Amino acid sequence: MSRAALLHEPFTNIPREQEAFLFGLWSFLASEALFFGALFLGYAVVRHLHIAGFDIGARHTNAVFGTLNTAILLTSSLTMAIAERGALADRTRLARIMLALTLMLGAAFLVVKGFEYHEDLEEHLLPGHGFAIPLRGAVLFFSFYWVMTGVHALHLSIGLGLVGRLFGLSLAGRLVENRASIQTTTLYWHLVDLIWVFLFPLFYLVARG
Amino acid sequence: MSRSYLTDEVTLRSWLTTTDHKRIGILYALTITGFFFLGGAAATVIRLQLLSPDGHLISADTYNRLFTLHGVVMVWFFLVPAIPTTLGNFLLPLMIGADDVAFPKLNLFSWYLFLAGGLLTVLSLVAGGVDTGWTFYTPYSTLYSNSNVMLAAMGVFVVGFSSIVTGVNFIATVHMLRAPGMKWFRLPLFVWSIYATSLVMVLATPVLAISLLLVIAERVLGLPIFDPRFGGDPLMFQHLFWFYSHPAVYIMVLPAMGVVSEIIAAQARRKVFGYAFMVYAILGIAVIGFMVWGHHMFTAGMSPYASLVFSFLSFIVAVPSAIKVFNWTATLYRGQIALDAPMLYALGFLGLFTLGGLTGLFLASIPVDVHVTDTTFIVAHFHYIMVGGTVSAFFGGLHFWWPKITGRLYSEAWARTAAVVMFCGFNFTFFPMFIMGYLGMPRRYYHYPAQFQPYHVMASAGAVVLGAAYLMPLGYLGWSLLKGAKAGANPWDATGLEWTVPSPPPKQNFAVTPTVTTEPYLYHEEGRTHADARRLTPHRRQDEPAP
Amino acid sequence: MKLSDRDREIILVPILVWVGLMAALALTVAYAFWPHAPAKVEAALAIAALKAGLIAAVYMRLNRAPPLLRLTAVAAFLWLLMLFGLTFADYLTRSAS
Repeated sequence: MSRAALLHEPFTNIPREQEAFLFGLWSFLASEALFFGALFLGYAVVRHLHIAGFDIGARHTNAVFGTLNTAILLTSSLTMAIAERGALADRTRLARIMLALTLMLGAAFLVVKGFEYHEDLEEHLLPGHGFAIPLRGAVLFFSFYWVMTGVHALHLSIGLGLVGRLFGLSLAGRLVENRASIQTTTLYWHLVDLIWVFLFPLFYLVARG
Repeated sequence: MSRSYLTDEVTLRSWLTTTDHKRIGILYALTITGFFFLGGAAATVIRLQLLSPDGHLISADTYNRLFTLHGVVMVWFFLVPAIPTTLGNFLLPLMIGADDVAFPKLNLFSWYLFLAGGLLTVLSLVAGGVDTGWTFYTPYSTLYSNSNVMLAAMGVFVVGFSSIVTGVNFIATVHMLRAPGMKWFRLPLFVWSIYATSLVMVLATPVLAISLLLVIAERVLGLPIFDPRFGGDPLMFQHLFWFYSHPAVYIMVLPAMGVVSEIIAAQARRKVFGYAFMVYAILGIAVIGFMVWGHHMFTAGMSPYASLVFSFLSFIVAVPSAIKVFNWTATLYRGQIALDAPMLYALGFLGLFTLGGLTGLFLASIPVDVHVTDTTFIVAHFHYIMVGGTVSAFFGGLHFWWPKITGRLYSEAWARTAAVVMFCGFNFTFFPMFIMGYLGMPRRYYHYPAQFQPYHVMASAGAVVLGAAYLMPLGYLGWSLLKGAKAGANPWDATGLEWTVPSPPPKQNFAVTPTVTTEPYLYHEEGRTHADARRLTPHRRQDEPAP
Repeated sequence: MKLSDRDREIILVPILVWVGLMAALALTVAYAFWPHAPAKVEAALAIAALKAGLIAAVYMRLNRAPPLLRLTAVAAFLWLLMLFGLTFADYLTRSAS
């Protein structure tokens, strides 16, 4: 199989093109960092203003679901990392299995999140009429909870689409030649995981015990 | 001979599916021209209404919607994309010796995103408009406004995504696709300015996206994020909003500085004075520009200690801008200045930008700012930077590279007339706003005390002149497209790789990848005196034949 | 079974990192539920930073990335500092109302 066929205009050599794709994606990740960073800033500001209400709110999330989902997502990063390394080393079967596992783990995360959202709604934790916790600030905690976990879930869904595309390519036997896609998708998937690593303690752990 | 990018394929489909950076630049140019005249039309009606202190040409509510429309369209659909997406797209690869930007398909995708964001915003207009002002301040935008805030905010959100994608593309292009020998300190200043602008786009725009997303979440989902009744802080919106929207001013003006550097060097036949300092100044503005946003909030209820910090940093950010102005002046000094249309626009930029910058220092000073906050003084200040600065430079760049882009020459006499009329009309429109603002005329007011009427009449009269100056290029540039004389590859006898390819450039920019061996702006050969240079490289008028 | 160097790189390294991540997860949960433990927020964020560092360094390969890519990550971090630092310059110095 000719690698040269994969060179795209305007590049004239493959390593340069690879680096450009990685650099482009890292620039985008920097943008994503500021995107989520602004949300984290909002959380930090409002917590600073209403620490008591925030902590009460933080005791109402379900830490079991949160911990389970963290474990699921960290494991999906493992399978994704092996998938990438395998694909880059022409281990296509290994890569395909790992991509499938990543897809399943990502979907499992969303399913758990769905159960959690359902429980939250039952307990009237969606800000609005009849919100469960009267203390000032708690409603702001849950405002950020819904926005931030929602935006994260959206990113994860996009990630699932991208990983699904790689899986499709691997079924068609065209995975290994799409090096740039493999590497950029992997980076994006890890970033989504990395964001969750910070969401988890802020929404599930800060006021326990 | 290979065919030019314009004639290689001529179907509409070939244009809408193109990945050629030159054609994408043209697509953007057409789109933003439409938005420019839409925003301009709104400004026209505003100026008509303000002719009389208690006029009823339009209702107060319509007036609010019109100035919001004017701001939203002009900021996000004209000024921010104006130079980067048109001249930037067209010239960036040519100037660094590349055949395209790093990700050509993404480039086209970015234009479609821009179009989608524009359509959403236009839709919000058709559905009745928005009355919050372009700043979408909470809690008005979240709790009280009965207008289409959500649609407009979504439109801006989408166009912000387009901006990020373009920024990523340009950054990767400059890093990865420079021709052999094109070292960082051999880059034309226009490339540096687009690079710095792209950094700002990539790092600031996501924060704007979040501020708008939170407004939408509050309006649509009822999450009381900024709602003071539940302990939310409306000021947090302003922090997030200005973290983007102040650097956005630099997104608008940095590319303008790049354009002006190219024009001044070429039309004064001089190497840019202090090239390295110009580069450091560009980067300095881009970085320090991120740390001054709080000066928009001096009177909003922010901590006075934070105000002190922001005030200090706002003075600091003026230093690199001042360095640039001095260096342009020094470049002009003893130059063989040709007062062609691009140079006239560049000189206009210089004067107007300086005035806008100096009044910016007034505003960085807290006591003065408190006095003139929310008056037309502010309106005058930022129009001097954004319209006097950026729009002048945009027109300058358009004229300078027009022969390269279209392969045609335009009427120099008409172009010079338009440049002079634009400068006069601009000052006529906006200078009175400095005075009446200082005297206490609030901005965004529908009715006003009769004592301010003379200034408003002056501003409205100036707006007529300014409007005429903006319409004139449509005529003579349009005529040039049809009947203009053919331009050679290098009608200005300028340096830079873009002038080494035919006009208009072929579909593939460079038949052979160029190798760069010298620094930019060598308008004098090394070791020759000024007098020698004058004799050896006589400045050719564009309508004279090249020797 | 003896692992080749390649297998080590492909499988073993990611698994070791995963073990570290899971240990950190267990630690942070345990500490959070430990009654009256001091500095819970700080500890939780420190462990989160550790996990993020592992993911960024090994899974995202910053440990072997060209300087340009590392610089991009550093830039993101610096800009976040500006955003947080200057915003809190306001909130931390406001007088109590």
